[in-house]
Amino acid sequence: MKDLNYASQRRILIVTFLFVPIVLLCVFSFLPLGNMVYYSTLKWNGYSKNRLFVGFSNYIRLFSDPEYFSVFKVSLYYLAGSVLQLSLALLFATLLTFEMRAKNFFKGVLFFPYLLNGVAIAFIFLFFYKGDGTLDSILKAIGLGDLIQFWLRDVKIVNFSMVFTSIWRYIGFNFIVFLGAMQSIDKEIFEAADIDGANKWHKFIYIIMPSIKKIVELNLILAVTGAIQAFEIPYVMMHGANGTKTFVIQTVDTAFVNGKLGLASAMSVVLLIIIIIATIFQKQYFKHREGV
Amino acid sequence: MKTKRKLLSIFLLMAVTLSLSFSEGNKETAKKKTQEITVITHRTDLVDNLFQEYVAEFNKIYPDIKVNYESITDYEGEIKIRMNTKQYGDLLMIPDTGFAISELPDFFEPLGTAKDMAAKYEFTTDKEFNGMVYGISSVGNAQGIIYNKEVFKKAGIKKIPATPEEFLDALKMIKSNTDAIPYYTNYAAAWPLGGQWEAQAPNVAGDAKWYTQKLPHTKAPWSEGQPYYVLSKLLWDMVSMELIEEDPTTTDWEACKGMIAKGEIASMVLGSWSIIQMQQAASSLGIDPGVIGYMPFPYTNADGHVYASVGSDKQFGINVHSENKEAARKYLDWFTEKSGFAQHESGISPVKGGAYPDALVAFGELGVKFIQNVPAMKGEETLLDDIDSEAEIGRWSESYRTRILEAAIGNRDESFDDIMTDLNTKWAKAMSTLGVK
Repeated sequence: MKDLNYASQRRILIVTFLFVPIVLLCVFSFLPLGNMVYYSTLKWNGYSKNRLFVGFSNYIRLFSDPEYFSVFKVSLYYLAGSVLQLSLALLFATLLTFEMRAKNFFKGVLFFPYLLNGVAIAFIFLFFYKGDGTLDSILKAIGLGDLIQFWLRDVKIVNFSMVFTSIWRYIGFNFIVFLGAMQSIDKEIFEAADIDGANKWHKFIYIIMPSIKKIVELNLILAVTGAIQAFEIPYVMMHGANGTKTFVIQTVDTAFVNGKLGLASAMSVVLLIIIIIATIFQKQYFKHREGV
Repeated sequence: MKTKRKLLSIFLLMAVTLSLSFSEGNKETAKKKTQEITVITHRTDLVDNLFQEYVAEFNKIYPDIKVNYESITDYEGEIKIRMNTKQYGDLLMIPDTGFAISELPDFFEPLGTAKDMAAKYEFTTDKEFNGMVYGISSVGNAQGIIYNKEVFKKAGIKKIPATPEEFLDALKMIKSNTDAIPYYTNYAAAWPLGGQWEAQAPNVAGDAKWYTQKLPHTKAPWSEGQPYYVLSKLLWDMVSMELIEEDPTTTDWEACKGMIAKGEIASMVLGSWSIIQMQQAASSLGIDPGVIGYMPFPYTNADGHVYASVGSDKQFGINVHSENKEAARKYLDWFTEKSGFAQHESGISPVKGGAYPDALVAFGELGVKFIQNVPAMKGEETLLDDIDSEAEIGRWSESYRTRILEAAIGNRDESFDDIMTDLNTKWAKAMSTLGVK
């Protein structure tokens, strides 16, 4: 390699390092995506040798029946939940940035749920919400037995129960990302602020927030797309029954219960477009604000 | 130039290593002389114990066939995805939900002509297409209701209910006279509200032709007097009269076995396959398994008879792409004829002339008539599935029954009649889309 100039060495390195990730990306993201778009133009049950090309008729069916989109109102619960989730994550991350006792213990406690398997979490919370389960026992023990509800049976409450579970599960991720960003802030800035007599609130508003703005934006985008795509917890805990059905659960049911893989693929493509639009919209919003 | 050549050689090297590893894999399979087959099953509960004993027994006769078992929890969901490839085991259960029998020849090996198979085995018409049979039943079941005899006795119920009204009265007596939950829905597990209820429909029809030949031409199967209406109404009434568990959303399938054995649950709509599981739960708790009873679905037809439909559980099929079809067939034949699986499951033997299990012999004493669905009419084999799929109702899934239950609790703004009308509309629309008369 000695006789190569810097530019071509650089090129070789880039190509060789990027080769594997790009192949993985193509094989596991772009190829399935292309297939999905293709499937969405078929009338196909997912395994049969008969695939009938039907053009856009799956999309036409989808957009001519408002029932398919009515499930999006369930996403609103998750959207509201994600705001709460991000605020809490931000709060905990800030608290743990400052000096305090048993810092690592609390970090572990907050991050741990994110490491657990989603199905295991769903089962833990089934026991938690069950009649005479963990939640009811706790409420009774602290004398709040009157507050006991049918946490999953009551259709007005069930989605809040789902969202709470979801927050518990995903907060660790937001928290760790915030914490990482906060810890990369130069300590000297805080020291200077101390000398100037700033309190913790001032530090948060004038030092921490501006420094981690990009990360907050990223987390917001992830939270919104996550809310639109909510699936695992309501699917494992409720099978999407009792008003907990989200758009993704509906897509899975269409594909594997009703045997309409073509229509389900069309739904996935529409979901993808919705997410892309939501992301672009948010990006534009942040860009706009930066300009002000 | 040199760079390019180097890059080229890197790629070549990668290609060679890749192809080497592939060809090595091929050599390995070609070398094998002792045959090895993979059986894929949905019985996750038996794969590590009973089926291993069967394999040991089988190997005493055929020592050169190695049998590997593989089990899938969400069998129906996953196996169809695997069937997109050629590698879905050698012997497997033919999927039922949404798998049209016209697809059978593409995926499964024909096992014999319809005539030959029917002479030897039960339930051969289920997986028959164009005069060939592609499946052999693992075990046969009857459809009815499992119940706890002690609870019924304690509640003061003298006679096995024979109509939905009598059944509801019995449940009311259980509610006022005992601490048991009169009916347990298993709503949280979802599937007990699917096929277990769907399979009761022929009992209400009391006609072997209804399900397979008449239903695909019925414009409004959820209108009053129709089997689906009767079943839906019973579910609605049980829920709205509060004869079910307090909170259906936190029911637990595994726990229900012990609960019915202990008399905490009085009844559940489940196929006769469930008898053995409930009895085992009783034995493991030190309770006499005799407390578990099985009754026919409470519906007396116009001819004065109560019917119990008899049908096949999942059927075995041989992968059409298998390289060890003969070995797979040997194991299948041994399993069907020698293993004693049907007795173990207290089910109906798939081999013609086998004795009925004790629980079902009692049906005969009650004067219950057994019926078995006839095959669909020629050219209409897939019609019923097509209409169901087009209408997005999913009769074999739990979907519309969970909807009935939720509405009966008061969680949905729709009445029983609203749901029935909606289902009828969807069904009729699907029929007209497909051009069915």
